[in-house]
Amino acid sequence: MPAISMTVNGEKVCGDVEGRTLLVDFIRGNLGKTGTHVGCDTSQCGACVVHVDGKAIKSCTALAVACDGATVNTVEGLATNGKLHPMQEAFREHHGLQCGFCTPGMIMAGIDIVKRKGKKLKEETIREELEGNICRCTGYHNIVKAIQAGAAKM
Amino acid sequence: MYEFEYHRPKKLADAVKLIKSKKEGKLMAGGMTLIPTMKQRLASPTDVIDLSGLGNSGVSVTKTKVTIKAGTTHAEVASSSDLKKAVPALAALAGMIGDPHVRHKGTIGGSVANADPAADYPSALLALNAKVVTDSRTIEADKFFKSLFETALRTNEIIKQIEFEIPARSAYSKFPNPASRYAMVGVFVADFGKKGVRVGVTGAKGSAYREKAMEKALTADFSADAIAKVKIKADDMNEDIHASAEYRAHLVGVMAKRAIAAAK
Ligand SMILES: Cc1cc2nc3c(=O)[nH]c(=O)nc-3n(C[C@H](O)[C@H](O)[C@H](O)COP(=O)(O)OP(=O)(O)OC[C@H]3O[C@@H](n4cnc5c(N)ncnc54)[C@H](O)[C@@H]3O)c2cc1C
Ligand code: FES
Ligand code: FES
Repeated sequence: MPAISMTVNGEKVCGDVEGRTLLVDFIRGNLGKTGTHVGCDTSQCGACVVHVDGKAIKSCTALAVACDGATVNTVEGLATNGKLHPMQEAFREHHGLQCGFCTPGMIMAGIDIVKRKGKKLKEETIREELEGNICRCTGYHNIVKAIQAGAAKM
Repeated sequence: MYEFEYHRPKKLADAVKLIKSKKEGKLMAGGMTLIPTMKQRLASPTDVIDLSGLGNSGVSVTKTKVTIKAGTTHAEVASSSDLKKAVPALAALAGMIGDPHVRHKGTIGGSVANADPAADYPSALLALNAKVVTDSRTIEADKFFKSLFETALRTNEIIKQIEFEIPARSAYSKFPNPASRYAMVGVFVADFGKKGVRVGVTGAKGSAYREKAMEKALTADFSADAIAKVKIKADDMNEDIHASAEYRAHLVGVMAKRAIAAAK
């Protein structure tokens, strides 16, 4: 079994994985960070979105072994000293969730949008950029509002 | 997913050697098609040779020609400022593939090698008269896409890059499947001036193809009116729960007209 190491939320971690171990399974199973969710089997829902070397990817569609040496950020790494990240705070404030299953992926996707498109986001841009994140509860309206507000405060 | 052995070579020559030495090896680029396929146990390679360690990515543009290395992600193609100037239609096409997360990983080489009948790039490669350069030869797009998920690639052949001449103007128009965002029908129109107009269509048939009657009409007169009389036959069009063959045939005409109107 290959031994891998990576930096997850600023912390050096290592572990033994099989070639077929998915990044999301390494994060949830080996590291016990269950904030990253698995919502589908078809790479479509985005509940599993994390940042690898600064880019949002679907961790259910990446091999853990291929991320050897990478820097990974998950939703658990966003808050600092007990204070929510502005994007998390915006989801709370704007009621951007109901069951919360899609939320970690939405928040990680939201932050990625800001990185690529800046803090001033049009509603239309957000809706387009959320193509790969599915929510079964909210109807998206408040998610879009939350990302717009969170972006402005980042 | 079945277990396999993972390899990440740093040089193309090593990748070629590895894939040839394995019983049922499979190349992996972005993994955006391969990993879902392996998860469903539709593919069960003994070995996975990850090409992401080759560093084979980047878009380069000269006065007349564009070269895109196989490992260039859709996000990189979409955001290449040189390409946006030279062939904005192709950068726009890359930005329409899947979603941002898929675009961060998926590559042009992987998409072309996979030859999904509803993938976007094949239509562009045909319209742009592109060449697919592999580790051992150069294949013209016209001879590359054979049929459903079938290309001219030999077993274990590795795509190195895609090359094409810059057209005078071009555009891609896509009617996305509302659920998957793959092309229900996508039409890429490229105007090469004296060398004529080429029209690549994806999503409509088992494999991307050129709509030659439209090419002839557009070479004579590059306008939406010029193709109004071109009849698109529904005979060999795809038919599924999303669209009938007749509807797809209709979409080919509509998407082509939109592309002509948008060409720049
Ligand atoms: C949710 C989702 C939505 C998508 N939407 C779209 C869409 O709208 N339009 C679209 O066109 N595509 C879409 N795709 C597919 C996406 O574009 C993939 O990135 C692409 O089809 C495969 O590229 P890859 O780099 O991920 O290749 P991989 O999945 O790694 O490989 C695919 C195949 O190509 C082979 N291969 C890879 N690289 C090479 C090479 N250099 N030489 C020879 N063979 C090679 C592999 O062996 C494998 O058989 C979508 C995918 C997902 C998951
Ligand atoms: S769990 Fe990764 S996309 Fe659904
Ligand atoms: S809040 Fe339930 S899936 Fe989005």
